[in-house]
Amino acid sequence: MTLALAKVAPPPDDGMAAQETGSPETDGAARVSSARPFIEFEKVTVRFGKGDKQVQALSETSLAIAEGDFVALVGPSGCGKSTLLKLVGDLLKPSTGHVFVGGRELGATPIRIGMAYQNPTLLPWMNIRDNVMLPLKIVPPFRSEFSAKRKTEFRDRVEALLAQVGLAGFGDKFPWQLSGGMMQRANLCRALIHEPDLLLLDEPFGALDQFTREELWQIMQDLWMSKKTTVLLVTHDLREAGFLANRICVMSARPGRILDDSPVAFARPRGIDMTYEAEFVALNQRLRSLIVAARGGTGIVQAGGH
Amino acid sequence: MDGLSDLIRRKSASIALIIGVFVFWEVACLIGGISDIVLPRPTQIIASLIQYWPAIRPHAGQTLFTTLAGFGIGVLIGVAFGVAIGSSRLAYDTAYPLLVGISSIPKVAVVPIFVLWFGAGTVPAILTAAIICIFPIVVNVATGIATVEPELEDVMKTLKASKWDILWNVSLPRAMPYFFASLKVAVTLAFVGSVVAETVASNRGIGNMMMVASSTFNVPLVFAGLFILAGLGVGLYAIFSLAESRVTGWAHRKDLAVT
Ligand SMILES: Nc1ncnc2c1ncn2[C@@H]1O[C@H](COP(=O)(O)OP(=O)(O)OP(=O)(O)O)[C@@H](O)[C@H]1O
Ligand SMILES: [Mg+2]
Repeated sequence: MTLALAKVAPPPDDGMAAQETGSPETDGAARVSSARPFIEFEKVTVRFGKGDKQVQALSETSLAIAEGDFVALVGPSGCGKSTLLKLVGDLLKPSTGHVFVGGRELGATPIRIGMAYQNPTLLPWMNIRDNVMLPLKIVPPFRSEFSAKRKTEFRDRVEALLAQVGLAGFGDKFPWQLSGGMMQRANLCRALIHEPDLLLLDEPFGALDQFTREELWQIMQDLWMSKKTTVLLVTHDLREAGFLANRICVMSARPGRILDDSPVAFARPRGIDMTYEAEFVALNQRLRSLIVAARGGTGIVQAGGH
Repeated sequence: MDGLSDLIRRKSASIALIIGVFVFWEVACLIGGISDIVLPRPTQIIASLIQYWPAIRPHAGQTLFTTLAGFGIGVLIGVAFGVAIGSSRLAYDTAYPLLVGISSIPKVAVVPIFVLWFGAGTVPAILTAAIICIFPIVVNVATGIATVEPELEDVMKTLKASKWDILWNVSLPRAMPYFFASLKVAVTLAFVGSVVAETVASNRGIGNMMMVASSTFNVPLVFAGLFILAGLGVGLYAIFSLAESRVTGWAHRKDLAVT
């Protein structure tokens, strides 16, 4: 399974870049044959609460994600997607089983993580630049240089990233002066400014209109292609999953586990038009029927259903 | 420009109302022939303010001092407890019942105890002022800190931010509007505390002065004391309102956006 993924993983242009720098084995192949995947779930179970009120969110979930991969997680509401993401972010401990990140058990891992939720949670008392810069104030090694470089190097870095997501010139604005879509762009910047090894996204585009969302997909794709961060994306939107990810994992209804694991082999950079091509639509329909079945539905695609 | 003239219009309306109340008071007393032993007219009160000013001044200074000292102590303790309670579930569960218990004691009732411990005078007034203004500060600061969005907390935790990082960068700034709102309440409450304590157990302060004046039926002087208290209270309230709008303007962003 992981081998198939590795073949999908490097996007065309970056694959070429890797060859040009003379180390074709660094991407994909070498990593798969080497010891462990970047993220590994080993029969992870998560339970909330005690006694009668106990809720089992995850049931013996196993999952492996290669470094630099872009994995989307879809499934019925309440199936434990956010829970899985929180496990990776070390915000939650598994009740049983193990989560390994970077080959080590969680907590002991000194990797850098960026996170973005549907709610942009920008700090209202700071302008956009300072909001985006916040991780640099906290994460080593930037932390120790923060006061020295905040007005120079870090500032330029923030401006460059803001420009990449189409927010050039908005650094001095305050969050309440921005639209929802713009805040979400700034939120993405905040999740990326400290060059994380791992990006965790929980329905980051869920609250946006379709056109803004599609624009942000493209921005997200560009960012991922330029940075090669490992991304784990939770979404309800199958088009979004198909457009962005190298691989889509479908989860069962609660208690969640991985039902299906499909590679998405479309060439990058992908365009929005691709999402209307027959092959893409077929993938979408297959995933959709899986989720409908997981929800306890008939599995028959109902006309006009969600 | 528009905003400014609008501001003046609004302010002038409330100033007119205040003046109107005093004029009504004056006229009603004159027409009704109300004795100044019962309710002195504003002009009489102002006259006695001027007449007794040398005697009133040290009392006013004393009350201002005990109030601010008590308020200062109350703020320090209140913020410390508020931060502790707001940032820890355990501290919240443990300390909240105690705080509610303390807050439900009529604070006036503790004055005799303070007098017993520290003797009559300045200290009971300061302590009463302090204890009366702690609770609103604790509750507000704790609320501000405890209601940080869980998503934001997650983002901070994935950055491996320490508790201190989160407190300093997120929780405390976020609690500022709550804190300043509580300061405005607390400073007026602190006046209540210090004046009550002075009335019961002190030979200095406006509270004591009013007690003495009323025992000699110098009613205009009693009211002069009230005027002083009102003036001090409004002054401090205004100062903290101003500080609030300076520090936490972002919390009233809609207003900012309009003007
Ligand atoms: N802190 C918690 N305490 C108790 N139960 C929880 C907690 N967090 C999640 N749960 C439960 O665990 C289950 C999975 O929650 P989770 O948030 O992971 O779902 P999800 O797949 O992200 O759903 P959605 O798609 O609606 O966001 C839910 O049934 C939820 O009620
Ligand atoms: Mg969720």
